[in-house]
Amino acid sequence: MPLGAYLTLAALVFAIGLFGVLTRRNAVGILLGIELMLNAVNINLVAFARFSGDLGGILFTLFTIAITVAEVAVGLAIVIVIFRVRRTVEADHLDLLRG
Amino acid sequence: MTAEAVAFVGVAVVLLGSSLAVVLTPNLFHSILYLAVALVATGVVFLLLDAPFLFGVQLLLYAGGVVTIVVFAIMLTERLVGRTIRQASRYLINGALLSVAVFAGVAGFLVQAPLAGARPGVSGDLTLAVGRALVGAFAVPLELLGVLLVIALLGALYFARSEP
Repeated sequence: MPLGAYLTLAALVFAIGLFGVLTRRNAVGILLGIELMLNAVNINLVAFARFSGDLGGILFTLFTIAITVAEVAVGLAIVIVIFRVRRTVEADHLDLLRG
Repeated sequence: MTAEAVAFVGVAVVLLGSSLAVVLTPNLFHSILYLAVALVATGVVFLLLDAPFLFGVQLLLYAGGVVTIVVFAIMLTERLVGRTIRQASRYLINGALLSVAVFAGVAGFLVQAPLAGARPGVSGDLTLAVGRALVGAFAVPLELLGVLLVIALLGALYFARSEP
């Protein structure tokens, strides 16, 4: 398959993830949408690395995967703390910083 | 169609279907299970791109690690609430419009850009080259990554500690 097919697939997954981030009310649901978007970026990186013959994209993907896992761990810890304090994980109810 | 094209279409259908299910199912727990399917499908895309090492990493860290953590978080918040989390969505039309616009923008760029049609042949073992690069040119970023993981671990522990 040509490079364009992989990039189009990644763009579709990215758009779906963006839709999830924009429409979900639950904080965990928003995190899942972000996961999808990061996955789409990883597909792009590996596809470019493979088609250009450069190893950099694959190494970069390794780093982004590891950083994403750390991000999920901290993000979910924050969600659990918010839940403990506010008894809700609905993003709409978390407007403490609203002026 | 070649075998690679058939495999690509199959994986693409699974990936897009499960991604849509992640953002559309009302039950948050089902959403995570579909996310696991989408993550494994992404790993198969890596396999099609001749990166079996990344497929392994994807399975271990994402499908194994992330999904487990998220399931834990759901179980905790669900048990604390004492009812199944139904998740409603809002701004469906606005979100869909914006997502389609972003995709159209990227697709318009892809149509114009001069993209490679065929991939160059694999020279030697890619996994070996990745390993060499990780302890060679990329040794310092790898160490920094280790520091970042420790910091994330400490941060998560700090957040999750019980109140004094």
